[in-house]
Amino acid sequence: MVQRRTVPALALLMLGAGTLAACSSGGDDAGSGGDSATEAAGPVDLRMTVWTASEDHLALFDEIAAEYVEENPDAFSSVTFEAVPFEDYTTTLTTQLAGGNTPDLAWIFESNAPEFVQSGALADIKPTLEGAEGYEFDDILPTALDLWSADEGLYAYPFSNSPFVMFVNTDRIAEAGQDSPAELVESGGWTFDAAREISTATTEQLGGAGLIVRDFNYSLWENLATVWGGWGASPWSEDGTQCTFTEPEMVEAMTWLHEATFADGAIPGPGTNADFFAGDVTMTITQISRASSLDGSFEWDVVPLPEGPAGRQNVIGQAGIGVFENGDNPEVAADFLAHFTSPENAEKLATYFPPPRESLLTAETLVAANPLLSEEQLEAVVIGGITDATTKPAHANFAELQTTVRGELDALWNEGADVEAVLGDVCAAAEPLLQD
Amino acid sequence: MAVLATSLRADRRQRRSAWRRRDAATGLLFVSPAVLGSLAFVIAPLVAVVWYSLHEWNVLAATFTFEGAANYERMLADKALHASLAASGWFSLGLVVLNISLALGLAVLLNQRLPGTTFFRVAFFSPVVVSLVAWTIVWGFLLQVDGGINSALGAVGIDGPNWLRGNVTAMVAVVVVQVFKNVGLNMILFLSALQSVPEEIQEAATLDGAGPWRRFVSITMPMISPTILLVSILTIVGSLETFALIDVLTQGGPGNSTTVLVYYLYRQAFEFNEFGYASAIAVLLFAIVLALTLLQWQTRKRWVFHEV
Repeated sequence: MVQRRTVPALALLMLGAGTLAACSSGGDDAGSGGDSATEAAGPVDLRMTVWTASEDHLALFDEIAAEYVEENPDAFSSVTFEAVPFEDYTTTLTTQLAGGNTPDLAWIFESNAPEFVQSGALADIKPTLEGAEGYEFDDILPTALDLWSADEGLYAYPFSNSPFVMFVNTDRIAEAGQDSPAELVESGGWTFDAAREISTATTEQLGGAGLIVRDFNYSLWENLATVWGGWGASPWSEDGTQCTFTEPEMVEAMTWLHEATFADGAIPGPGTNADFFAGDVTMTITQISRASSLDGSFEWDVVPLPEGPAGRQNVIGQAGIGVFENGDNPEVAADFLAHFTSPENAEKLATYFPPPRESLLTAETLVAANPLLSEEQLEAVVIGGITDATTKPAHANFAELQTTVRGELDALWNEGADVEAVLGDVCAAAEPLLQD
Repeated sequence: MAVLATSLRADRRQRRSAWRRRDAATGLLFVSPAVLGSLAFVIAPLVAVVWYSLHEWNVLAATFTFEGAANYERMLADKALHASLAASGWFSLGLVVLNISLALGLAVLLNQRLPGTTFFRVAFFSPVVVSLVAWTIVWGFLLQVDGGINSALGAVGIDGPNWLRGNVTAMVAVVVVQVFKNVGLNMILFLSALQSVPEEIQEAATLDGAGPWRRFVSITMPMISPTILLVSILTIVGSLETFALIDVLTQGGPGNSTTVLVYYLYRQAFEFNEFGYASAIAVLLFAIVLALTLLQWQTRKRWVFHEV
């Protein structure tokens, strides 16, 4: 009889404990942050999730953190930089939040910025940054802060601002007897149509592939912003409430892409595998940081994005560092962020991450990070690419929009697709999500 | 004398009762790790998921609000969920029919005393021990428009489709890739069952004039019916839980044609941060698996010849 009573009791105890533990991870997290931060006694350990696993990047972070720990032994004992793989970064981060394992600080990608900013997950760091001694807050480009600001507050520091550029394989272009993109830039003839003609010609003569929007792969359609920007198109209105896939500019841009892919063969179609850095692709639109993948096996050049009918639109990929409101030590974490991104440390970080500080956007500062590029290239392509740039599409409901739009756009990537009809379907599916 | 006998009987009863208690305590001690493990890692999460399914859980805003049956009502109106249920149905149907029939056919073929059968048994079983992700990545390359499959088809004059970009061909592709991954396991189970069919019954039937097909239908199938039940339960449950293959090969596309229920659940939870709604879908998935398993278990009385 003893056992008969004990087993159900144990079961109930386990169920209760499990359920309570599970509930607490979701519900109690909400109010735990601020109080514990102010009540924190003694030096604290901070944790920051990052997507980079580069030893050089992490060594620099550790160096900056060690300085601060040394200067503030009463406030900090350590800062841990937790590297999470790029592919699963946001998923892992939100899973940590769901599990009550909230980091103090985190890198956040631009596409998720509105969702994080508007949810209230991030603390307002503006007062801390503005109040930090010698921080020179006004040096930060206002356009770089747009995505991370709301209601006069700032919810993340735009840590990395990497422009999209065009890498070209000049060996392939010379072999096919085509015009040099660098010369076309000089003469004002560097347009998307010129890039398409060169790509078609090199593919016909040499095989391989012509133009690739890297990482698009008929899935990450948001990377096409580097193309449709030339037509002045965008996926939704500035306030994010109206779908603009059916606007004439977008229809023209998508028609251009469709024809370049299926009529000319300038862009490799879906289901093919081609990599610019392997040497059999004529040109690729990608971020400047990818220059490190070049191994000298072919001659190359880097030029700005081509011009479209609406001129040239510079596009950057941005990442911000935010402080979680529900972390254990939000005030201390904001203080550390002010140190981490101070003018002196921003200059050190500029070795790897183009900064948002105007005073650091010089070829002399950036040349250390990009030894493969000349100062002239950096001036024209990187600094010019960051100035007046837009970021890739972002929305408070981005994850669902990304998946939904991708699903509808799949119909476009067929030879006989009706571009206008497909884009109409995209808007029909996206509208409810934009108005959520 | 009678008093003595009564006393002895009482004493024996007491000793027997003490043994029973000791046996029960020992038994409980042995099963307690499994029971505690099940409670902690099966029952408690199950209860927690049901509890979450009654809430709206915004991970970023850290809010956890009781919503009652709202997530279940949302399921009724969610067309994407209905589409993913249909995709799951097609995927499971294709997988179960193809996997079981192919596994049984291979097992019958490789049960013959012919040269080379050992090689083919190893060849068909080897994908089972290969990493699923590695297997799927290789198939991803083979199924590209200019990949190995279309090159092979081209060699015999057939212009192959862009397998992973067509709604129907993508579903066919994921089913075939999954079948080839796991058919070896079912084949081994069938092979083992076939080898337990008594030879003398087959010989007796042959003497009575039964041909190969008659012997297969009337003797082999009933004799291996418990294994068919086991394989069908495992394959149906496995088909409803297929996730990694879809994630690596098609990401649920093109469109949503290969977005099976478990992939839709993953998206809601980990891409859209809709943990409450995803929990409701998890409950639905659990109910479907449970219902199908119970259905198979109940109908076994009609077609399973004996139980082992």
